[in-house]
Amino acid sequence: MSQAKVPAWVTIALLPAINVLVAFLVSALLFIYIDINPLDAIKVMWTGAFGYAEGFGYTLYYTTGFIFTGLAVAVAYHAGLFNIGVEGQAYIGGLGVGIICLTLGEYAPWYVVFPVAVIAGGIFGAAWAFIPAYLQAKRGSHIVITTIMFNFIAASLMAYLLVDILKPETTMATESRVFAQGSWLPKMHELFAMFGINVAPSPLNISFIFALLCCVFVWLFIWHSRWGYEIRSIGANASAASYAGINYLKIIVITMLLSGMLAGFFGINVLQGELHQIKLNFVEGFGFTGIAVALMGRNHPVGVVLASLLFGFLYQGGAELSFDYGVDRNIVVVLQGLVILFSGALEYMFKPSIERIYLRLFGKQEHGVA
Amino acid sequence: MTQSQNYAIELKKIDKRFGAVHANKAIDLKVPAGTIHGIIGENGAGKSTLMSIIYGFYTPNSGEMFVDGKPYNPNNSQEAIAAGIGMVHQHFMLVDTFTVLENVVLGAESGWKLEDSLKAARKKLHQIEKDYGLDVPLDKLVGDLPVGLQQRVEILKALYRDAKLLILDEPTGVLTPQEADHLFAILDKLRSQGTTVIIITHKLREVLAITDNISVMRQGQMVADVKTSDTNREELAELMVGRKVRLKVDKSEAKPAKELLKVNKLGYVDHSGVKRVKDISFSVRAGELVGIAGVSGNGQSEILSLLSGILKPTSGSFELNGHTISVDKPADPQQVRAMGVGHIPEDRHKQGLINKFEAQEAYILGYHNLPKYNKGLLQDKAAISKICQESMDKWDVRPNDIHLKTANFSGGNQQKLVIAREMEENPDVLLIGQPTRGVDIGAIEYIHQQIIASRDAGKAVLLVSVELDEILSLADRILVVFDGAIVGELQAHQADEKTLGLMMANIIPDHIKESIAQGETA
Repeated sequence: MSQAKVPAWVTIALLPAINVLVAFLVSALLFIYIDINPLDAIKVMWTGAFGYAEGFGYTLYYTTGFIFTGLAVAVAYHAGLFNIGVEGQAYIGGLGVGIICLTLGEYAPWYVVFPVAVIAGGIFGAAWAFIPAYLQAKRGSHIVITTIMFNFIAASLMAYLLVDILKPETTMATESRVFAQGSWLPKMHELFAMFGINVAPSPLNISFIFALLCCVFVWLFIWHSRWGYEIRSIGANASAASYAGINYLKIIVITMLLSGMLAGFFGINVLQGELHQIKLNFVEGFGFTGIAVALMGRNHPVGVVLASLLFGFLYQGGAELSFDYGVDRNIVVVLQGLVILFSGALEYMFKPSIERIYLRLFGKQEHGVA
Repeated sequence: MTQSQNYAIELKKIDKRFGAVHANKAIDLKVPAGTIHGIIGENGAGKSTLMSIIYGFYTPNSGEMFVDGKPYNPNNSQEAIAAGIGMVHQHFMLVDTFTVLENVVLGAESGWKLEDSLKAARKKLHQIEKDYGLDVPLDKLVGDLPVGLQQRVEILKALYRDAKLLILDEPTGVLTPQEADHLFAILDKLRSQGTTVIIITHKLREVLAITDNISVMRQGQMVADVKTSDTNREELAELMVGRKVRLKVDKSEAKPAKELLKVNKLGYVDHSGVKRVKDISFSVRAGELVGIAGVSGNGQSEILSLLSGILKPTSGSFELNGHTISVDKPADPQQVRAMGVGHIPEDRHKQGLINKFEAQEAYILGYHNLPKYNKGLLQDKAAISKICQESMDKWDVRPNDIHLKTANFSGGNQQKLVIAREMEENPDVLLIGQPTRGVDIGAIEYIHQQIIASRDAGKAVLLVSVELDEILSLADRILVVFDGAIVGELQAHQADEKTLGLMMANIIPDHIKESIAQGETA
């Protein structure tokens, strides 16, 4: 006896929209509390994120980062794995990107460095995901626990490398030397300028296009390849997968390598694209936010892009807000937290009532058919 | 009717909808006090919904209920229990690591100290055990008890809560025939003490053996109320399905040819060190259907898993279609399939299908690496759709929609999809586990015909089933397993329910002992 059905768009589109709206309403209360008119605040955020070219560039720059980390979480999720370690995998992946830029970047132009950095970042990120994956598949060590621990190990390892090895003698800051300028990824505004279109400068670089390509790749891989089929089989019903002869160890490891690889690409955007040096904590929590992005995006590349855009907007709009009103920059974290709370932790809170209302309004005809 | 017009429970025009699904249509039901009442019907006929309404899980959209003549509108199971209704679910609701006593008391504790409630409970339970002849060791862990006793714990739980109406959902599904007889003796005793019992089942033989009255449900409606003494199996089956059903399978004499499956001292020790399969040996010939009978959990699942490559043997070997598989030379399920083996798994929800997948996705499970389903690096979705569509047409899987999620098919149609997938690859050896579990009578008929047809087409068929009727009507030769070992082998003509039942409990009748010539297996 199945329960009454509501159309897919209600759960896929309406429910997340209502969740975000509620998060914004609660944020509005917060703004009122700190004496900011919520309508003004949203206006500042909106124009800050979408209203002018530079702001929009920043929004998309952040979006790019969220796409990588969100995709990483989403891919793992299809095999039933909760990869909490994207933060660490992105961090270590960045090391791979950085090493290539610091070495090969001295001699080669960006279009040579870029593919090598992609491979290195991917390999480093994947390697960091491999050990938890193997432990999960072979020993049953829970991947949530091991990936969390690997985040800490990654942070310590990077701190050590930055302080003792990568930091030039001449500086006190925990960061590597600046990459040779020739290895920097072209910015989108530079690209547009080549076609005679003048756009205000922003950190948005060509890795945005690479991120979108990754989305297409993930879509093809998960839904149109037999390996993706095996991944989804294991995620949906591990014993049926074993009945079918799908190798659990192999698929778990492949999935996590792929997830770690996508996480490792994060450094392309941030390091080769914008910072041009390895800095302490350059991931800045994007790996963790990737979990929320994947959750909101329902682990589908299209959803991940949309959710990344939302978080990019919050990041950029929130920054403008703190600048305009002089509130702490952490206001962004509060907004993010509320969005995650309502669309992640309380994702299904409104589901029963929305379904009930929908059925009351539109469910009549269906009853007649029965 | 023992006491005229005195009903333990009475339902008047109970109606329940789930959106577009009309699960119960104006159900009337009268269960006279102190009787055993059977409710039968196919899957999806609305039996479970009706019982859930009586037990307070669902509220009906309309209609009235009366318990002992008093209006009864439960909002939850606590209120149902308070009204004297007890339920024994098909899947027991017991905590394995608690003792029987603790399980019975669970949820009905009183006061601050557990000891006090346990002490009081022990006294009350001794009285109940005396009254009803229910013998259960109160201080043993439930996990250590055989299923038959676990079921009695469930019954004790209900009686401890002063149930005057006991509902049992598919109570004999996991029992041997002897255990089932024991259960019926208990129910008989309960009836004589004035307790009313409702049994929900699909086993016609049992419902005829024990009940006073039978109600038949079909497609959400109560289609008949009959006195048990006035009816028979054929009539009940026809009422359930809505058309004449042939319960007997027509089959010709088997024509066994060469050995396609030969098992040689095959053994399996699981990861906790328990020997689940004890050096068994047998063979299946082409054109022969060998049945493995046994109470579930006696190693038959492991045997199927070993032969299909899901588990790796820890000792011994077997030959499949000329290929040897042993401890040193294991094969995974995809390799086994490539050797010409089809495997219809015991549990289609756990193994055979993926509920979230569309029918066409589930249709390629296990065969998804075949070249015909792939085009280069990507899957050939067009080919998958086409092949699945043809198969669903041929096997009459309804609804005929390759995009429908497998969870949304009925049990019989899910099973048809699995059988179609395995048989369409035209294997030489067919491993079949519980082919008709949770399948409607109409579909059972069809599935049995197809299994016999594949035997006649020269396949070696190994059938594992806990349904004795199924084994008896299909198999040419029957192996009986007990505790991981084959304890006996019967030709179809030697087998009957009683002999098999005894052998399933490892009691080998003398005349069978003599006829087992090929040596001992235990």
